[in-house]
Order: sequence, then structure tokens, then C-alpha cells
Amino acid sequence: MRLNRYINCKVLFSALVAVSLLWQNPALAQDTTAVDTAASEGIISSSELQEQNDSTGAAATTTGNAVASEVPAGTTAAAQSQDAANAEAEGIPAQVYNNFFYYVLLFVLLCVAVGVIGKILRVYDLSRNIQGKREGINWNKVHAVLFLISLILGMYGAYWSYVHHGGIAFKWAASEHGALLDNMFVTTTVITTIVFVLTQALLMIFSFVYRYNPKRKAFYYPHNNFIEKLWTITPAVVLTVLVLFGFFTWRSITNVPEDVVESSIQIEVTGEQFAWTVRYAGEDNKLGNHHFKLINPSNLLGLDYSDKASHDDLLSSDIVIPVNKPVHFTINSKDILHSFLIPEMRVQINAVPGMATHFQMTPTVTTREMRNKRNNPDFDYVMLCNKICGSGHYNMQKKVIVVSQQEYEDYVAGLNPFFDETAQKAFQAAQSNSDSKDIQQVAFNK
Amino acid sequence: MAFFAMFLSILFRIQLAWPDTDFPILEAFLGKWAEGGRIKPDFFLSLVTIHGTIMVFFVLTAGLSGTFSNLLIPLQLGARDMASPFMNMLSYWFFFTACIVMISSFFVESGPASAGWTIYPPLSALPQAIPGSGTGMTLWLVSMTLFIASQVVGGINYISTVLNMRTKGMSLWRMPLTIWALFLTAIVGLLSFPVLVSAVVLLVFDRGMGTSFYLSDIYIAGQALPNEGGSPILFQHLFWFLGHPEVYIVLMPALGLTSEVIATNARKPIFGYHAMVYSLVGITVLSFIVWGHHMFVTGMNPFLGGVFMITTLIIAVPSAVKTFNYLATLWRGNLRFTPAMLFAIGLVSFFITGGLTGIFLGNSALDISLHDTYFVVAHFHLVMGSASICGMLCGVYHWFPKMFGRMMDDKLGYLHFWFTFVGAYLVFFPMHFMGIDGVPRRYYSFTSFPFMQEWLSVNVFVTWAAIIAGLGQVAFLFNFFYSIFFGKKATQNPWQANTLEWTTPVEHLHGNWPGEIPTVYRWPYDYSKPGHDTDFIPQTVPFSATMSSNLPHDFDGDTTAEKIQRDWDKEHGIERSEYSH
Repeated sequence: MRLNRYINCKVLFSALVAVSLLWQNPALAQDTTAVDTAASEGIISSSELQEQNDSTGAAATTTGNAVASEVPAGTTAAAQSQDAANAEAEGIPAQVYNNFFYYVLLFVLLCVAVGVIGKILRVYDLSRNIQGKREGINWNKVHAVLFLISLILGMYGAYWSYVHHGGIAFKWAASEHGALLDNMFVTTTVITTIVFVLTQALLMIFSFVYRYNPKRKAFYYPHNNFIEKLWTITPAVVLTVLVLFGFFTWRSITNVPEDVVESSIQIEVTGEQFAWTVRYAGEDNKLGNHHFKLINPSNLLGLDYSDKASHDDLLSSDIVIPVNKPVHFTINSKDILHSFLIPEMRVQINAVPGMATHFQMTPTVTTREMRNKRNNPDFDYVMLCNKICGSGHYNMQKKVIVVSQQEYEDYVAGLNPFFDETAQKAFQAAQSNSDSKDIQQVAFNK
Repeated sequence: MAFFAMFLSILFRIQLAWPDTDFPILEAFLGKWAEGGRIKPDFFLSLVTIHGTIMVFFVLTAGLSGTFSNLLIPLQLGARDMASPFMNMLSYWFFFTACIVMISSFFVESGPASAGWTIYPPLSALPQAIPGSGTGMTLWLVSMTLFIASQVVGGINYISTVLNMRTKGMSLWRMPLTIWALFLTAIVGLLSFPVLVSAVVLLVFDRGMGTSFYLSDIYIAGQALPNEGGSPILFQHLFWFLGHPEVYIVLMPALGLTSEVIATNARKPIFGYHAMVYSLVGITVLSFIVWGHHMFVTGMNPFLGGVFMITTLIIAVPSAVKTFNYLATLWRGNLRFTPAMLFAIGLVSFFITGGLTGIFLGNSALDISLHDTYFVVAHFHLVMGSASICGMLCGVYHWFPKMFGRMMDDKLGYLHFWFTFVGAYLVFFPMHFMGIDGVPRRYYSFTSFPFMQEWLSVNVFVTWAAIIAGLGQVAFLFNFFYSIFFGKKATQNPWQANTLEWTTPVEHLHGNWPGEIPTVYRWPYDYSKPGHDTDFIPQTVPFSATMSSNLPHDFDGDTTAEKIQRDWDKEHGIERSEYSH
């Protein structure tokens, strides 16, 4: 039975090879005709043809295997002639299909190779059997060794990744609370890395050492309450330390006393698809009220000018903040959820429509200092959207510039207020018509 | 479904790796969604969304607890069938319809849902915000409702079967860990899935009937919407009340399956059976009070964030216990590396790696800068993606002989494992570092930010690793279908396992056992018991047949049995440690 199937397989396989070989000649002939017709119809330009030749040529050289390159060439040509009609209708060049089927065929060849290796292994196993030696390949040993190798390579890879990728990824934070977070991050990384190395090493070494041996019997060891208690309590203690550490840091970041908040620089950032609007509170350091029904092309944020605090609010194109001064960000959204993330400063809070959110922080390094430090004159802090918000989500950014107190004051002095002349006129016109104002107020639910 | 979702992931990985290259072949398949051979941003988000949805719900939830509950609960407990075969069928057809509806969303004009698998409103509620929130989102919601109906019906069935239909002698403490895991999973699912229905129904109201549960103060596409007073945060609470337990719904069956496979193939009892069960129970209970850790920076009350951080890090303790117990089970075992065993070891490895990064993310303070970055992507793909899929594949390889009466090819299994294991690490490990650098997830391309340019080469590497690992799955696909028809015929107990399913005949028959249902006399993990001639003793073998290997704790304080054993020992001159303690 088994032999029969084996032969069957072989027959099938050889038939497959034969068919693919048969295809070669007529297909090559077809290739030229297909190209001819295509060229005469002007669908494939000569440059594209050149490309086509190039790509097949390149493919042939890269595989470096005469059989491998001939078979796909022949068959892709066949595919081309088949799909030429479709392609014309859809306006997709037939070359596209050629390339695609080329890769598909490469993969099929790979599968065949794997199959052949499988058969060779089977033959090896069987011949060992016939010779009466112990049964073929000891796969348990193979895997045990592979586990050991994967441990060594894996640990080296992890180390390399820590050094190489970690070096790119981890930069000390440029804010006061960020420094606390970085401490915690490093502590956690050290603890988890130790656990990671130990447990993975144990896993792989146990796999290697205790691989199957028919002469041995496993050690019957159903439980040991002491050890179990030990490794329940140890992680519990370590985690308690981390939790307390984290809890107090978290509270210190999020639970800022009222008077500190009020004395900080007030900046509001409002998200919308796919931009941010920055508003400074102006001289009174108070952000004026706003309401979403007041939004119109001339009043971007829907500021309510009947609130005097809004009159000195300033529009800014970037987020410019002074170094070492507490800043209180108020985050709003006009439409859907966004998220306000400044990775370098470890600042993130979502922008929620209908609910203002807040983040209090103090930057510690100016943009200029950071440029020198990083040796990168183009460096800029960046604020980006970090909550899926639609097609422009991937490019919804604002520059954050940290400057000295003097530069900050100069910058703010140069900003334009929202309540400019046009806005004033519009507001006065609305006010002079008291009837309409009443209606408006009813409409605003104020 | 898994392969469909994997294919989607490879599509968007291609976009991430080569953002500026055209792939004209994509246009042939995707038409206007990839005009000129480039995936459009909207469609990219659709791919991400549907990949997540299908993987989490349709593959890992249905594939693990759905498949293996219906297969293993009756077989391992000694039941003729599930408590309600009709509900079983109903559950299947609900699931099937849900699959059809979900995939059909690829054939609507505005494209499939694209608000992320978490479908946060208002994005998912407003077609003005993204085209996928039109018909595609409606289909998503319909599909999920059907899916949840399927889960609930199935869950009730699992629980009632486990509680009512155990064979004689199968006390709760003699159940294999597989059953414990599936049982607790069903409980978690039954309690949490309905909450998602409520979230979905309210979202349907918001979308179609003008209510304002989640919508408030929105000015979009040049006009202010009338909705006021709603809160998007409400949806997040409702979603994650399911969403977090869902992670354990996915993970616990995988842990259950591997416990069984590791014990069988290490020829050794699982270490700390009781501790394993208690940690599963602990995870079950705690999973309901940790959902807030997904919402640390959403504007939820920060104090609440602190509380959720504490509960979240507590749940790491039972997880750690499970890991250590696995390691202790391997210690001084006699490991047979069947493909199932390889995947079980893979699960442990992924569970460790992915679990450890959870300590970062569970910490609300560290989460500030890591939230929604690639760090999160790496974390959950390792701990819940790779680990669970390893558990699932481990289950498939192990119970394939039970499902189809034939064996899968070992060598293809080995090839498949190494491709998957190495591939998954190569794909997900570098992502941690991208996250630490602050690269957000769900970004269509990395070209707009200078600091992300450095990661482009990593992205290319990751995509190649993903493609190769993906192609490696073909080995499994072929093996699976080929073996169903042409695999080697299985013997009754191919792995020399103890549990009841291996006492059924290889040929399937209605009612599982031809004669009487077997009686159970012992726990399922008597492997390599000293004094016994073989290295396994099936659950159906009474202690009277194994007088040479019985141990004091086997009798649970049954004095008559202890006396009989003592007499036997005296007769044969065997010294044993004291009996009563």
C-alpha cells in the first residue's frame, strides 16, 4: 500500500515536471506573439518592454539556477497570454501578473524542494531501519539542540536589539515628570530582563537536558507547597514594590494642586481631523469659554466672546513653551477622539469631544540644547496624534518648541488674538441685535 | 479565517515596509482601494481593523474555546455529548453567519469597518469621519452581535455540561486542566460578552436613531451635530469590560491545552495541579476588575487609573505561578518533542516574553508614554496572539488523531513550528523598541516624522519576517488537509495519555463510547509513577490494579483504602511514608 502511494507520488511529480517542461516551448513562442500584439496595440510601451526584459533577466541571474529561471519564464508567459484580455479591460499591465505568478512559482518550487527533502529524510530513515540500526534520525535530540541554539542566538539577538534598537529608542525624557518615569522604566526593565533571561534559559535548558531517553523515567513530582508558596510570594512582593512606586508617581503627575495649576501657563490644544489648533490664554492666563455650536469658519474654536476671558486668547501655529516653567495643557477635540502625545516629554492624554482633559508638565531641555546634545541641527520636539482618527491620522502633528523665558515672552507678544477686528465686528453685530442674541443663547443651552 | 486575517496583516505590513513603492498587483485584487498599486490610508485602517477583529474574536475565541470545548468537554469528562446538542448547533450556525457577514463587508462600496478593532466612537459612529463607518460598520456590528449570541449559547452549554454530565468518579478535582480552563473561560465569556452587546446596541442607537449615548459636542464636516451630553468614555468602559476578560477568554483555553500536552509529553504530572486551578480561578475573578488599564490616558478619573493599576499588577501573580509551574513540570521530565509539545513550549516562551512587558503597560505611569504605541502592539501580539495561537496549534496537533482518526505528519509539523516560533519573535521583538521611541500604532506610513525614519529599515525586516513566517503556515495548511484524507491511521492512544478521550475507539460513533461510559478512579496526571511498569496510568485504571505504585495522597484520607494498601505493602515488604497526615 505504502509503496504504491509512494510510486503514485513520484508519477504525479514527474508528470508535473513534464507538463511544465512541455509548456516551455509553445509558451516561449506565445511570449513573442503576446508581446507583439501588445506592442502593436500600444498598451505596453517600449520602455516597459525593456523593463520586462530587465526584470526577467535579473530574476534569472539572481536565482542562478537554470531550471528555476526557465520554468517561471515559460509559465509566466503563458499566464500573460491568458490574462492579457483581463488586463486590457482593467487597465493593469500584464507585466504585473507576470511578476506575481513568477513569485508564486518560486514559492511552489520551494515547496517542492521541501517535499524532496522530506522524501530524502524518509528514505534515510527507511534505509537505517533496513540496516537494523536504531531508528533513523533522533528528532528529540535535534529539537533539543535547536532549542539550545535558539536560546543562545535568541539571547544574543535580544542583547543586540537592546543595544542597537534600544540605543535608538530610549532617550532620556525632556520633562520633569519624565525623569521620574525614566527611573521607573529603567528599574522595571532591569527586573523584567533578569526574569526574562532566567526563565527563558530555564525553559530551553530544561528542554535540552531532559530530552527523551527511552531508558529514563521522569521524576514523579506532583507538587511542593513550599516552592509554590515561594514563587507566589516573590512575584507578589516585587510587584507590590513596583505598584507602590508607580502609584505614587502616577498620583504626583495627575494630581496637581489647584494653585499650582492656576499659576501655570495655560495652553489649550484642540484636535480635529487632521490638525491641531493651539490657543494661549493671553495676559489674564485664563482660557475663555467656548461652545461647539459657535464654531464657524471665522471662529475656529467656537469661542464665546461674551466671556471676557476669551478676548485676549491668542492663536499660535506651534506649541512654544518656556523651559523649566510649569505648563498646563487643556486638550479638547472638535470632532472625534484624538490623542495628544509628545513622546520626548512623556506626555499623553486623549482629546475627547465634549470633555476637556488636562496634563500638567514642565519641560527641562530647550530645543536648542537638545539639538546640540543630539548633534542634530534639524531636531524638533513633536506632538502627534496617537488615537486612530481616520485617513490623515498618520500625519497629524504639531511642532513643540522649548525656549528660554525671554524668547517665550517675545514669541507670545507677536501672536494674534482670536478676537481680532473681524471677530469683534461680527460679535458686535450679533450683540446689537438683542433678539437674535436671545435666540442664540437659547440655542446654546447656556 | 485565521489565514484570511493573516493575509490582511501581510498586506498592511507591505504598506508599512515600503510606503513609497507601488505594488500594482494589489490593484488587481483590491481595485480602487489600492489605486496605482498603493493601499489607501482608509483601506489600511480597514485592514488593521478587520485583522484585529477576526484574529481576536473569530480565530482565537471561536477557534480555541469554541472548537476545543465542544470536542474535549464531553470526551474528557465521559459524556455522550454536550448537554444540549441543539445549542451546540445553534452556536455553530450563529458563528458561521457572523463570519459571512464580517467578510461580506469587504464587498460594500464604502469598505469594511475601519475604526480599529476597538471601534471607539465617535469615529465608528460617524460616516462623515471615515467611509468605513458607513455600511461596513453596520455589518461589523451585526456580525459581532451574531458572534456574541453564538458565544453565549455555547458558553451556557459548556458550563452545564461540565457541571452536570461528568462520568462516575470524575469529581471536579479529577478534571484535566483543559476542562478547568474551558469551564472558567465559558464563565468569563458568559458574564462579559453580554456587556459588549449592550455597548453595540447603544452604538446602533447613536448611529441610526439620533441618540447621544457616546456623542457630544461634535463639529464635523462643516456642521455641528445636535448630539449633546454623551460620553465616548462610556463606550470604552463597556467595551473593555468585555475587552479585557476577552484576553483571558483567548488565553486560558490555550493554557489549559498546553498544561495537558506538557504533562503528557514530559511524562510527568503537571506540577502543582491545585495551584494551577487556583491561578486559573484567580485570573477569572481578577479579569473582571482590570479593564481600566486600557484607559489610563483616555481622560478617565486619574484616581481610578491608580486603582486599576493595582488590580492589574495583582493579576500578574497567578500568571507568574503558572509559568513557574510549567517550568517545574519540565524539570527532570522525559520530554518527547512531538509537534504539539514544541508548540506548548513555544507558548510558555511567548507567555513569558509578552507577560513581562505587561508589567510596563499595567503601570499607569509608564503607560503614559507607551499607550497606543508599538510597544502595546508587541506586547499583546506576543502574549495573546502568539501564545494563544501556539496553544491552538498545539491543540490541533495533539488532538488531530481524535478529530480525524489519522495522524498529522511530524516533520512538516517541526518545520511549521520553527518557522512560527522564530518568525513571531523576529516580527514582534523589534516592535518593543519602536514603541519606546514613541511610534504610534495604526500609522499608515512612517514617512511624515523624522524620528520614525530610523525605523523604516526595521519595518522592512519585520515585514520580511512576517512574510516568511506566513509562508511557513502553508506547511500547516497542507499538512492539515492532506492528513485528514491521507494521514497515517491513528492508534487509539497515540500519545500514551491518561485522559478519557483516548479510551474511545478511533472510529467516531454517536455517543462516544460503544458500551458503558468508563468510570474514573484517579486524577489525570499519573505519569511515570514510581513502582508502576509503564510510564502512564489512565484515569480509568482503579487503584486496586496499581497496588505497587499507589501513594498515600491518592486516597484522600479514605481510611479503608489506606488500610488495604498498608496490608498489601506489608505482604510485599514495601516501606512507604506514613499514611495519615
